[in-house]
Parts: sequence; C-alpha cells; structure tokens
Amino acid sequence: MKKPIYMDNSATTPCDPRVAEKLCQHLTTEGVYGNPASRSHEYGWLADEAAEAGRAHVAALIGASPKEIVWTSGATESDNLALKGAAHFYKKKGNHLITVKTEHKAILDTCRQLEREGFEITYLDPQEDGRLDLAVLEAAIKPETILISVMHVNNEIGVIQDMAAIGKLTREKGILLHCDAAQSAGKIPVDVNEMNVDLLSLSAHKIYGPKGIGALYVRRKPRVRLEAQIHGGGHERGMRSGTLATHQIVGMGEAFRIAKEEMASEAERIGKLRDKLLRGLQDIEEVYVNGDMKHRIPGNLNISFNYVEGESLIMALKDVAVSSGSACTSASLEPSYVLRALGRSDELAHSSIRFTIGRFTTEEEIDYTIELVKGKIGKLRELSPLWDMYKEGIDLSSVQWAAH
Amino acid sequence: MAYSEKVLDHYENPRNVGTFDKDDSSVGTGMVGAPACGDVMKLQLKVSDKGVIEDAKFKTYGCGSAIASSSLVTEWVKGKSIDEALEIKNTDIAEELALPPVKIHCSVLAEDAIKAAIEDYKGKQK
Repeated sequence: MKKPIYMDNSATTPCDPRVAEKLCQHLTTEGVYGNPASRSHEYGWLADEAAEAGRAHVAALIGASPKEIVWTSGATESDNLALKGAAHFYKKKGNHLITVKTEHKAILDTCRQLEREGFEITYLDPQEDGRLDLAVLEAAIKPETILISVMHVNNEIGVIQDMAAIGKLTREKGILLHCDAAQSAGKIPVDVNEMNVDLLSLSAHKIYGPKGIGALYVRRKPRVRLEAQIHGGGHERGMRSGTLATHQIVGMGEAFRIAKEEMASEAERIGKLRDKLLRGLQDIEEVYVNGDMKHRIPGNLNISFNYVEGESLIMALKDVAVSSGSACTSASLEPSYVLRALGRSDELAHSSIRFTIGRFTTEEEIDYTIELVKGKIGKLRELSPLWDMYKEGIDLSSVQWAAH
Repeated sequence: MAYSEKVLDHYENPRNVGTFDKDDSSVGTGMVGAPACGDVMKLQLKVSDKGVIEDAKFKTYGCGSAIASSSLVTEWVKGKSIDEALEIKNTDIAEELALPPVKIHCSVLAEDAIKAAIEDYKGKQK
C-alpha cells in the first residue's frame, strides 16, 4: 500500500495509464504532432482527425453533438467563457443573473467581476442538505434575468442538484441555463437534452484525463451566442481562439471514452467503498455528514468530527491525503463557505474533512483509513477542552467566548 | 503547509496534557479563544505559597501550531514566578516554534492564556 493514501480525487485524479499512453502518441516526431488547423498537409490532417475523435468522445458522454463542444484550458475557463460570454452578448436583453452561494469560485469570482461591470447577481442560499429549492429559484427570477448558473455536483459535499427540474423551469421562462459539470461528468449520467442546459462546463483532470484541458458545451438548437473572451485565429467557431492542444484533447477524449464505458460499474464499486468508509467512521461519537447522502456522487464523503479542529486532524492524518472543508490550510482562516451556506455552525465547519474516493482506491486503503481516523480522533479529543466540556454536559453555545 | 520540526515535535508528543481541579485555590485556569475561530486553549497553572508555578497543564482545540504553542508554554512557565511568567511574549513563542505569519495568532493566544490563568489565580487569593 502506497502512502500517503490518495483520497482527494475531487481535487484531481491521476491520468489513467490508457489516457497517458494515447496522449504521448501525439507529441514527438514519431507521433501525430501537427497543428490541427494546418489544412495543407498530412500532419495537419492527422492531428485534426485525432482532435475531432476526442471531440466526439467528449460530446458522446453528455449526449451532445461534437459541433457543440468548444475546447478550453479547463472548467474555470469554461465557466468564465459561459458567464462573461453570455452576459456580454445578451446584455441588451437584461442585466440580471442568478447563481447559488455554494458554487465554485470560478463562478462566484466571475460573478463578482460581472457585478463590477454593472450586472446584477442574485446568490441563492441552498437548503440545509445542499440542494436548491426550486421555489426559491423561481421566486428570484426577474424580467431582466438572462442566465442562471447552477453546478451539477458540488465539489466539497458531492451533492447533486436536480438539473432536469431546473432546466425545465429555465426553458419555460426563456432563460439560459449554465451548468458547471466538472464534478459530475463521468461519475453520474449527464445529458444536456434531458437537463435542458444551454451551456455546460467540463474538465478532463477530474476524471483521469490530463490537467490544462476542458470544454464548454454550447447549445446549437436553440442557438446560444457568446462573446469571445480570447481573440485571434478564430478557432472553435470564433468562441475560443488558440491552437488546439492535440495531445491534451486526445487525452481528454480517451478519458471521456473510458468514463462512458465504465461509469456504471465504477460508480457501484466506489459507492460500496464510500459506504464502508462511512459505516466505519460512524462508529465514532459526534460525527456529522455534511450534505444530503441520497443525492450525492458515490465517491464523496464530507464529514465533521465535532470538537476536533480540521487542520490538526489533517496533520494527524498525514498518511491519508484528504482536504479540509476548513480553509485553514490556505492563508485564510475562514471555515468552508460551502458548509457555512448550508447553515453549519463555525465549529462543525472547522471540523470537516472531505474524503473523495476514486478509480484507484482499494478496499485495503479504506480499512487502513478507518482505523487511522478512529485512533487520531481519540487522541485529539483527549487534547480538546471542548470535548471535556461536552462530556461534562456543558452547552458550548451558552459559553461566553473571548473571540479574537 | 510545512511545519517546523519543533511544531511537529510538540504536536506529536504534547507535554503536560491534562487537567487540574479548577476549584483548587492554588490553581489558576485560563481559557481563551473561541470554537468559531477554530481554536480554544485551556491553560492551568498550579502555584505554590511562594508564588512559584510548580506545575502546568493544558488542553487545546486548534491547529498544530496552537497545540504546539500551548504545549511549549507549559514547559516554559514551570519553575517561574508568576511575575516572570507574565513576561513571556508571543514573539518569543513564535520565534521558538518558527511560526509562519498566518499562525502568529496561535502564539498570541498562548500569551493570553498565561495572563488569563494568572488573573484567575490572583482573583482566588483575595
């Protein structure tokens, strides 16, 4: 068993060896290294063929036409292009956008930029289980609303939104729907027509493809228009210029092809491992799962260990690579904004750990993790004055804390 | 984030973890911080009739640097008079543990814990 055990598959995944092999065939003189835009020789034709095959694989996984796929550098760029591109193009129609407080920063920070440009944004609160209440969404719609952006699966808690229901509403109202599917594609079924989405962001490295490549699905019927954010060369129907990264596109295509083929069996295997992890950890007193368990991708477990601080726990779990819902590990000392938006107390938000299981996680690794966490939680609670107070029956919310 | 060896040592082998009876008149208890901020330190000092700190215990909820800061302080205060203990500065703690800027507040909290414990002890002597 290799340590540290990798349980941070929502942050990124390793390339599948099949992906890496294909990718490497498109780099050197022995391989297909031409510029797909070169129309005057075989090097270009072969590269174009390889890139178009990749496009077809990506489109197939989400039920789209290859013509609706625009290559980008990743889901962050896709989110930027979708929101800024649509907002700029349709600004004469309206200046209001709606999103959710638990979205990825690629959405929230882009929205902040649009606010600086004069757009008005509504940030909705999710329910306690992380799901969006459709009635709340509907109530936020105004005559000026041009676009709604909702992520399919949340990166921290793995909770799945009911995109089909949201899509039905936006289609009826004639509002564009963008969906960040970086955490859902390849893990659960995604169908752009069933969901009625108009724009959908994809990433390769979350599903065993290479980093640095992603795509934006842009609907053709009814046609969605975007104002380009990167100019020069007019690649990708003018929506995103720049020489296509053939090797990365081939890698992303292969990753999406494998995902389509293996998703169902993989989800079952990963789900069983996650449930085993959950059962093992629930033996511990005072643990709380964050977010709905029923509407959740199989690989995610976000759990708070009350009276233990997240960063010290991550330190104790140095043999397991996980991330803390608490952003203590970065320069900010704020607890997770996602858990706060769910209404979790600061204490529980500070005590959260995200375990994300992937294609290469083994049962042995799950067993090891359960035992390790149990031992370390015991040790840290022995150190915790809050644990003592809890055991003495003191209500911590009644204590007058000297905040600093 | 990379921790210094001293932080790791105190974190893995914390010194003087435990609790004294808080109602004992020779014990001063200081509890500082707040759960919402991600750290709470409880420091207890056992003071002799001559005003010398004979023993110290701590419990801390917080990051590795907070645990290390409070563990270190229990070592430093032992054998000191309460006036000497009041001279311990957060900068000394931060320097000893090589705390990065984002963790300076842990050393500030440890200094506050000493002051709070001594204040509690003094209050009991009246």
